[in-house]
Amino acid sequence: MAAMFATALFLPLVVGDYYLQFAAKVMLLGILAMSLNLNVGFGGMVSLCHAAFFGLAGYVLVLVTPEYEAPNLVWTLLVALAVVALVAAVIGALSLRTRGIYFIMVTLAFGEMLYFLFHDTSIGGGSDGIFLYVKPLLTLGGLSIDLENPLTFYMVALVCCALSWALITHLLASPFGDSLTAARDNERRAMSLGIPVFAVRLVAFIVSAVMAGLAGYLSAAQFGFVAPQMLGWHMSAVALVMVVLGGTRKVAGPLFGAVVLVVLEDILKIYLGEQWKLVYGGVIVALVLFLPGGLQDILRLTLPQGWFRRTAPVTQPIVVGGKQ
Amino acid sequence: MDIATFAIQLLNAVQYGLVLFLVASGLTLVFGILGVINLAHGAFYMLGAYFAWWFTLATGNLFIGIVAAFVVSFLLGLLLESLFIKRLYGRDHLSQVLLSFGLILVLDKLRQIVFGRDVYSVPLPEWLSGSIQLTDLQSYPHYRVALIGFCLLVAAAIFFVINRTRIGMIVRAGAENRDMTRALGIPFDRVNRLVFAVGIALAALAGAVIAPVSTVFPGMGDSMLILSFVVVVLGGVGSVPGAAIGALLIGLIDTFGKVFLPEFAGVLIYLLMALVLLWRPTGIMGKREI
Repeated sequence: MAAMFATALFLPLVVGDYYLQFAAKVMLLGILAMSLNLNVGFGGMVSLCHAAFFGLAGYVLVLVTPEYEAPNLVWTLLVALAVVALVAAVIGALSLRTRGIYFIMVTLAFGEMLYFLFHDTSIGGGSDGIFLYVKPLLTLGGLSIDLENPLTFYMVALVCCALSWALITHLLASPFGDSLTAARDNERRAMSLGIPVFAVRLVAFIVSAVMAGLAGYLSAAQFGFVAPQMLGWHMSAVALVMVVLGGTRKVAGPLFGAVVLVVLEDILKIYLGEQWKLVYGGVIVALVLFLPGGLQDILRLTLPQGWFRRTAPVTQPIVVGGKQ
Repeated sequence: MDIATFAIQLLNAVQYGLVLFLVASGLTLVFGILGVINLAHGAFYMLGAYFAWWFTLATGNLFIGIVAAFVVSFLLGLLLESLFIKRLYGRDHLSQVLLSFGLILVLDKLRQIVFGRDVYSVPLPEWLSGSIQLTDLQSYPHYRVALIGFCLLVAAAIFFVINRTRIGMIVRAGAENRDMTRALGIPFDRVNRLVFAVGIALAALAGAVIAPVSTVFPGMGDSMLILSFVVVVLGGVGSVPGAAIGALLIGLIDTFGKVFLPEFAGVLIYLLMALVLLWRPTGIMGKREI
């Protein structure tokens, strides 16, 4: 993976600004999907409010930005992430009292609460969304990072993506990661071993929310616009599709899922125009029915035997407390 | 607030709660018995409204429109269950979430192709379009009274079927312990298909009866989906009485919240949900252990 990130450093030499912006967008969605997978694949928590944290950070950036002055990158980012962490702590503490179907429903409801908060009130421009006129800027000595520049933005997105991957990998290799996966596989056994399951899950929930916030902050900076759709559960569901497409058992899997899904979406939009969602929805249904292991299944079915080792079992039930 | 205003708000709250109950009872049964989380439930509330609009326009009779919406959705439910949903039994929740999300996108697009994306209104028949004069200035529409009566009838029918019939006994047993019911030789495939189709048809029925008082618009399913999820969380998965309690609570809190605390009305129901989660994470009528 590290080699791939290093190769991606040289992308600007080959392609123009349009594709750089596209690649940056894909990487931000990749961060969103990878962080979601910390919950879903490694924590066994299917959360449907992940996009709420993504959008919330974007809104915070726009709301704390003075009207005609470039916002300070460091301060606005810190404020945005702090707000996300706080909200995630409250939502997580309440939602994690439940399991399974309840957890999905409760996270969905809390996520939609944030959606309606921005959709129905005038805090952030209501249903029309709100513009960010000046992009964040950081000046350190003689060096300045201006997110207005596509090349700079691409590099920032790439570094953040690589850091997110490294952070999740590092977390999972630590005793914390072992506790998290142990709690996923058998909650009761993990508890009897003395693992503070609730606290471990809550920390994972908050960490993944903060990473989603980072992606949302950069996404708002890239497009200069935030709208309630960024927080809605459809966005969370799309992130889940990326996770399943890329496979839940590898840290970088969802990143590839994001690449494939975004490219697919663009191709469908070009060839089908208005009707792209029909096929897009059909592809998602087909993915669940025929390729439960995601892209790995395609590789496994097309490559000669032995070339590819599957890492995800066909149907891996997420077992909680000894029950499904 | 004088008596007449209070009465009107109370009737509105009850009517809202009853419609919500029709949607949520189907959802909670599908959760409880099939073990499937169906995010496309809200889409059928929306489709029901469109079906009712189309059939009412085609036949000129609102009653036929509503019945047709129910029947068509029921048949659609049978078809979807045998094509997609039955492959989800025993799969993890993640697959169920994704499959129903895919179905939402497809259904929504099909609806747009068939019915367009305009906002429609359903005309009321002559004898239902009047209103009852409460005071000099305030009145209550006949249709809303009929709506309350109709929803009460449907709710009574649901309770009767579940508590007093053989199929209801099977459904209750299935919600209590799926594996044991299957081990006793109950033909679960057929029961599953029936429960799924009825659940979806109830959501469509709710959309159909609400169509004349609200308008028929594409996004109407989404907010209803979230609300009915909150109802199920409040009441407990698989519990129809729980859904009734949750739906009426939300109807009351939302309606009176808008009167007394208009700024925070949107947040009140989520606060209620948070409180119930703190007090009883599996819902008011849910099983104690998870």
